Amino acid sequence: MAIERILLGHGSGGLLSHELIRDLFLFHFHNPVLAPMADAAILEALPPGRPALTTDSYVVQPLFFPGGNIGDLAVCGTVNDLAVMGARPLYLTAGFILEEGLPYSVLERVVISMAETARRAGVLIVTGDTKVVDRGAADGLFINTAGLGVVPPHVDLGPHRLSPGDVLLVNGTLGDHGLAVMMQREGMHFGSGLQSDTAPLNGLVDALLTALPGQVHAMRDATRGGLVTVLNEWSEVASIGIELTETAIPVREEVRAACEFLGLDPLYAANEGKIVVAVDFTAAEAALEILHAHPLGEQAAIIGSVTTSHPGHVVLETPYGARRIIQMLTGAQLPRIC
Amino acid sequence: MKYIDEFRDPALARKLVSGIQRAVAAYREANGTDPTHPIRLMEFCGGHTHAIFRFGLRQMLEGDVEMRSGPGCPVCVTAGSDLDAAIALAEIPGVIVATFGDMMRVPGSRGTLQDSRATGGDVRMVYSPLDALMIARSNPDREVVFLGVGFETTAPGIAAAVLQAEEEQMPNFSVLSMHKLTPPAMRAILDAGEVALDGIIGPGHVSAVIGSDAWSFLPTDYGMPCAISGFEPLDLLAAVAALVHAVTTETPGVFNTYPRTVRPEGNAVAQRMLESVFEIAPVAWRGFGTIPASGLGIQPELAHRDAARRFCLKVEAVPEPAGCRCGEVLRGAIDPTDCGLFRRVCTPRSPVGPCMVSAEGACAAYYKFGEGLPADPSKL
Repeated sequence: MAIERILLGHGSGGLLSHELIRDLFLFHFHNPVLAPMADAAILEALPPGRPALTTDSYVVQPLFFPGGNIGDLAVCGTVNDLAVMGARPLYLTAGFILEEGLPYSVLERVVISMAETARRAGVLIVTGDTKVVDRGAADGLFINTAGLGVVPPHVDLGPHRLSPGDVLLVNGTLGDHGLAVMMQREGMHFGSGLQSDTAPLNGLVDALLTALPGQVHAMRDATRGGLVTVLNEWSEVASIGIELTETAIPVREEVRAACEFLGLDPLYAANEGKIVVAVDFTAAEAALEILHAHPLGEQAAIIGSVTTSHPGHVVLETPYGARRIIQMLTGAQLPRIC
Repeated sequence: MKYIDEFRDPALARKLVSGIQRAVAAYREANGTDPTHPIRLMEFCGGHTHAIFRFGLRQMLEGDVEMRSGPGCPVCVTAGSDLDAAIALAEIPGVIVATFGDMMRVPGSRGTLQDSRATGGDVRMVYSPLDALMIARSNPDREVVFLGVGFETTAPGIAAAVLQAEEEQMPNFSVLSMHKLTPPAMRAILDAGEVALDGIIGPGHVSAVIGSDAWSFLPTDYGMPCAISGFEPLDLLAAVAALVHAVTTETPGVFNTYPRTVRPEGNAVAQRMLESVFEIAPVAWRGFGTIPASGLGIQPELAHRDAARRFCLKVEAVPEPAGCRCGEVLRGAIDPTDCGLFRRVCTPRSPVGPCMVSAEGACAAYYKFGEGLPADPSKL
């Protein structure tokens, strides 16, 4: 029988739950670890290295936006959190909180795109959970994913390895995701090309780490809070200074226009397929070449460097030669009044 | 970006700056004036303050021209009592308060709109008063109140929403009008004489509505030059150059350096709209007290659109938080860094006064761009 909407019974643990799990989740996520529908996934022994574990919850509104949806995001976000630590992502878990009345077709589209993205990233969704809450108790659909990966031997990334002279790169234009979601949410349109950059970056990270062993010092995905937040965290944690060149930072024309219009700053806007990479200065050009050669790094650029002066501060050089400190925001960016 | 990048050309910016530097140097030499005393200009508008920092113009002009922030931040000049009224509205069951996002975090005497939202008040952030109309249409059983803040810039859009509500005979839409007029505040600053100014950078978008002629009282009554400026670096530098020329040649006047947007007579359509919805009224400004004929109340014929009358709001004047010098910052009497609370007690995370909350507030701009940090950013 075709289901039209999610009912409280789909989370009851009874027959409706069973059918939903079998016909939707198992059908699309199918893999040998998930198949037995046991209480826990029993994994193969992990490859050599240090296991890495992460979790993240996804509550984005709208559920579908240009360039992605909550499902892609739930896979990519967690895969990328593992990848930037130098881990090879292997397994994901998926927990769903569904609002009573959610159209089945919506859930199905989300699940299909999670399955496709997981395949693209080369990870298995091995266990999961579904709960249905009363209408009004959730906003359509929330997803939690946890990810397990392995950091290969001799890979060690993190702000503790940042050192003066390190060169900073990004793998492409900034602010695409944040502005695409905001435009969709508010029903505004700026040109045709504004799309979320949601993408799994483990392949690109792997290419960098394989080609430049030991020379990649730190990586971060520039999600909520954007580039500025990541760099401020680095400068604070590692007590180093960071220098950025404003003109070198790639921002799409549509994103710049939308930001100008709303009074927002693209450097604080969220990304879901962009990382900041710190590499030894001797490897900067090679890193740029590797990024450029990857489909998710075609617009990569060198944007700045690590310095011993002004520890704890990120300084941006404007096109006019003036230098200003850029700091983390306290809360969300709000459009200005006039 | 077309029509923006042209006004951000770094080479032209440097040319303008060196022109300004030469003019100031020549003036100093001819008059034997103190070379450590820069020409002091006030930018009325918070948007200008933000742009000046964002593009690093203060540093480019250092030593020659000093910029002082004015009262042009709509949220900042909103009186504490008005905020309390807005918060009281949000607490009335069945009422939806629609507001520009910037108002959400400003503290009244009993918390912020954000706090009332967290405790069950229905406060919604909108980008346009027309969005508030949409909320009213889709919630016919609820009262929707739009918080009308801002200067002559935002007021016409809100007037348009009121007129639209009239046309649709929408029974459940009203506005809490806290609109303010800029020229009376400028007069109040100059009359008070707390700060010695050499020239004024006039607000660009306000002047698009009221016209550059509205500022002719500055040279006539006060001998003060005024340059109307846009918000891009070349706009601002052109305005500074015009003012420096006026100061050094002692020829005050009103200079429109934003002619692509501002006309001498302003925008007649917008002005008519304002007249048909609002009437000029005395209004309380944070930092100034009540200034006569400095605000826009809703016309008596449209009393049913006036949330203050519709909900019989009575609010009492609220004392400023202890130690907070937002009033002096708004009057241009001090720089944010002169306030003892700045960066020590008052930060964007726990703001004491509104100037630290709003993105257009002077204190927030000074904080965000690292002014007054132990390590002077210009030396970094």
